[in-house]
Amino acid sequence: MKFAVLVYEGPYNHEASDSAYNFIKAALKKGHEIRGIFFYHDGVYNVTKLMEPPQDDRHIANRWSELGALGIDIVACIAAAKRRGIVDDVLVPNVRISGLGQLTMMAIEADRMVTFGD
Amino acid sequence: MAEVKKIMFTVRKAPHGSIYVYEGLEVKLIMAAYDADISVVFMDDGVFALQKGQNTKALGIKGFEATYGALVDYEISKIYVDRESLLSRGMTEADLLVIGEDEESEEPLHPQVVDADFIANLMAQQHNILCF
Repeated sequence: MKFAVLVYEGPYNHEASDSAYNFIKAALKKGHEIRGIFFYHDGVYNVTKLMEPPQDDRHIANRWSELGALGIDIVACIAAAKRRGIVDDVLVPNVRISGLGQLTMMAIEADRMVTFGD
Repeated sequence: MAEVKKIMFTVRKAPHGSIYVYEGLEVKLIMAAYDADISVVFMDDGVFALQKGQNTKALGIKGFEATYGALVDYEISKIYVDRESLLSRGMTEADLLVIGEDEESEEPLHPQVVDADFIANLMAQQHNILCF
């Protein structure tokens, strides 16, 4: 199945980001395709390289970047990002900022869109 | 030609107090420009987003009632409200915003108040559902 994943919450504050990541890892392991990952609302904070969690904790932005390195399209919404000070300069590699049109294409092209967040 | 995909939005949160509903509205306005069959269902506290007479001045934030009141102008006309959510909040159809006007008759258009069975049936027909 072709999944798209929509993440509404920022990292660490809320489990949504971890759940989304675990879902994607499990889906890939089962042989499913991830059409894309879209960060919206505070979700855009997931992909800033400025985060520096303690070394014994997971590095959430780097985890997304690793998924991006596999060729998965990872997009932070430009309107949501601009509100929150997330710009190209602070992105981890393999992630891009783009418009809601990208979310639209994911919703149209994926068999299922799975949303994580409140 | 590829089949036009049905995409539903559900609005379940109160319009103010968090940004979900406002940013959710932005998604609807963008998605309306694409080739998709859009419907919007207001349920739970989401019905407050369609309440007439909102005033966000004291909150110090920009309100968006006017935009919800013009969804039809964005070619989003399939707008439904869950009857039970509405009634359990002490509201009636008369409390709801006008969402535009009929192109020909210029009569005001109202959101359609429907039962849970109708919504369930509509959900079952969707390609994807986005929740705000």
